[in-house]
Amino acid sequence: MKFLGLIAVLITGGLMLLASNDFPDWADSESPANNKADLSQKYVTDTLELTEVPNMVTAVLADYRGFDTMFETVVIFVAGIAIIAVLRPVNHDYSLPQPDDEDPDLIVLMTCRLLIPVIQLFALYVVAHGHHSPGGGFQGGVMLGASFILYALAYGLPKALVRLSEKRAITLAVIGILIYAGFGLATQFLGRNFLDYGVLYKIMPGVETEAWARSHSMLGVEIGVAFTVTAIMFAIYANLSTRGRLDRGL
Amino acid sequence: MILAFDIITLIFLVVTALIALRVKDLLAASMVFGIYSFLICLLWAQMNAVDVAFTEAAVGAGVSAVFMIATVFQTTRRSKD
Repeated sequence: MKFLGLIAVLITGGLMLLASNDFPDWADSESPANNKADLSQKYVTDTLELTEVPNMVTAVLADYRGFDTMFETVVIFVAGIAIIAVLRPVNHDYSLPQPDDEDPDLIVLMTCRLLIPVIQLFALYVVAHGHHSPGGGFQGGVMLGASFILYALAYGLPKALVRLSEKRAITLAVIGILIYAGFGLATQFLGRNFLDYGVLYKIMPGVETEAWARSHSMLGVEIGVAFTVTAIMFAIYANLSTRGRLDRGL
Repeated sequence: MILAFDIITLIFLVVTALIALRVKDLLAASMVFGIYSFLICLLWAQMNAVDVAFTEAAVGAGVSAVFMIATVFQTTRRSKD
């Protein structure tokens, strides 16, 4: 059996190496990514003018390929739901009194008390500055979720679930996707394509140009992504560390 | 300088991947996976793909390592049957 496995791995690896021959060379000017209607050149030169966003990566991610990112968020949501559904025990009474955790160690407690606000503040900065510097909804959301995980590690899962219960987490995740889809629907009601943010300057107060409307919409969309990612990361941790019983964590 | 950095990081990448596969202790394997993600993060940052490096550091080296360790704590050292 081991020998057959080795053969399968060798054949698959050989096929992948063979297929990689067809990739274009590094910086090949004839490759589709580089010459098809000068697409990447257009991103590089026109992004700042068209969207007022200095970070091209975010502009491509949240605006030009907004549809892709929206369903990436949905994928995270579905992954969280699937993990909860798989781990959920069938006959478990969640209303039982939870076993009390012993009091956390003083050093752990003080360290977390100092660290968690800084982590959360930095996570919010990463979300809010996603279109100006590296970062964005996914990274900021993961960091915000990690701060909740740190809280659960230090104070015990029951106390963390008081702050962000599973029901609240799933509601937050759904709200995040609805924020994202809401931006798309708003553009449709104003007569453009789904997620074509430019037209939103008509309903945004204090926004005169299409470029700024696109910039602000990207921020809104990133906030939606951050909601979903934060909530799902914490829900996944809570379920993984207790086999879905949500009693005593690690 | 950059070439030397690349070569050292890539060698470490292969070494950590092999260690993660060979080591018997699941907790050690998930720790080594965290190191592996962090090395990839260094490579992304070296290629000026800062956004990807940031994601790799937050998701790969941070949260997914925590998820794996949380799962390892639910396993037992010996199988029950």
